[in-house]
Amino acid sequence: MASIWRYANPKKFIETSDRVLPVIAWGAVAALVVGLVWGFFFTPEDYRQGSTVKIIYIHVPAAMMAINAWAMMLVASLIWLVRRHHVSALAARAAAPVGAVMTVIALATGAIWGQPMWGTWWAWDPRLTSFLILFLFYLGYSALWAAVEDDDTAADLTAILCIVGSVFALLSRYAVNFWNQGLHQGASVMRAGAIAGDTQERVSNVFAAPLFVCMAGFVLLFVALVLLRTQTEIRARRMRALLARERMG
Amino acid sequence: MMVDLGKYAGTVLSAYGVSLVLIGGIVALSLWRARRMKAQLRAVEERVKHGL
Amino acid sequence: MSALLIRDLRLALRAGGGFGLGLVFFLILVALVAFGVGPQGALLSSIAPGMLWVGALLSCLLSLDRILALDYEDGSLDLLATAPLPLEAVVSIKGLAHWLTTGLPLVVVAPALGVLMNLAGPGYLWLVLSLLVGTPALSTIGTFGAALTVGLKRGGLLMSLLVLPLYVPTLIFGAEVARRGAEGLSVATPLALLGGITCGTIALLPFASAAVLRVNLR
Repeated sequence: MASIWRYANPKKFIETSDRVLPVIAWGAVAALVVGLVWGFFFTPEDYRQGSTVKIIYIHVPAAMMAINAWAMMLVASLIWLVRRHHVSALAARAAAPVGAVMTVIALATGAIWGQPMWGTWWAWDPRLTSFLILFLFYLGYSALWAAVEDDDTAADLTAILCIVGSVFALLSRYAVNFWNQGLHQGASVMRAGAIAGDTQERVSNVFAAPLFVCMAGFVLLFVALVLLRTQTEIRARRMRALLARERMG
Repeated sequence: MMVDLGKYAGTVLSAYGVSLVLIGGIVALSLWRARRMKAQLRAVEERVKHGL
Repeated sequence: MSALLIRDLRLALRAGGGFGLGLVFFLILVALVAFGVGPQGALLSSIAPGMLWVGALLSCLLSLDRILALDYEDGSLDLLATAPLPLEAVVSIKGLAHWLTTGLPLVVVAPALGVLMNLAGPGYLWLVLSLLVGTPALSTIGTFGAALTVGLKRGGLLMSLLVLPLYVPTLIFGAEVARRGAEGLSVATPLALLGGITCGTIALLPFASAAVLRVNLR
């Protein structure tokens, strides 16, 4: 029976991911090179933002992955709690540092872009603030994984933290919105107006095409990194188990 | 070929630089840990198999 | 249940139980803010609602690890876990005891510290009310953090890292109530939202805390 749960077997997971990993990794490299080169060298300047518009090809995909990584960790945590598949818990652990790096990239590129455009590196704007809070959640999550010695205990604790954290992250998002209306422009990439052809507000086609390639590249990069890091976590777990058995005699 | 980035050259280049360094960092770290863990696990498995 | 509550309160109030340390910390913090910012009445007055809320939050944080750590060390937590009382009720009671010994005293002394911070006249009522509504949420969330880290050596610092981001919504709405109150604006919306957060955490978070505690006692 072909079922997705087959891949919950660590051996099967390593075998399969070994086979697909090169494809995904090279796909990520190709998409990122094409998207970034296209965006960097072959798109015009924006009439208001000048050449800083080119930062969008990193900023937007990184911000997207920062949120999606947490969503993936939430799903993996739920799967671990319900079905007790170790691969799922380890995948959540593997994704956290990648998500944290994406958050830092989104914050850093945003700050560098904000300096000439808004005249400040940092503003306590809802989106910026939410990302800072998201980064703190990533740090806490990873720190808890590192602090608990027993693997299953750590998986349970972090899974529950991930669920509770998700609720509070959403609450914070709305609280921060309430607290300050903000400077950041709305999400304009996927806005309905983009399809209707409202050229004032949306990201115009010249910028959108390479941006979508970059987004695909970031998604593939994330998947490749998570697969690789999950393999590493599976091996680390197996090694701890072997060493423990050896010590028992 | 180099595009003319105008007065924002420093801004754009530093944004790309920071991002590429961070992405390169996490990729290198992941690869390095993967390789090291693979080797360590193989060593331990060998040792266990051959009964110390 | 009430026996457990009375026992916890008695332990907290006994000498060495740490009762009152949070209050002293709150006082010192307010004094330090004044030293750091400088003796400018107008400036202090404008940051008073927020600083008092941050101070209350940090004082609350200070005593969180006492909620469960002592009971964990002497084994009474294992007894409580096997007792007929559901663990969800135990953590709720623990949170309540923490609030009665930490949150409530903070609410009571807050107006006095408001004087030191040059808080504007109409702000006192709203400061006290917002703390009264908001601090139960702080204790409940804190119990969850304490349950997460109960078995760990050096868990205190990690717990702060885990709990502080969870405190963000409570702090935002609570400080907003106090600030708007001090400026004479309408406080209905943030106060309702703050009350919503408190009710929600009290209703739901004990289940997460109990689940986490079961894992840690396994």
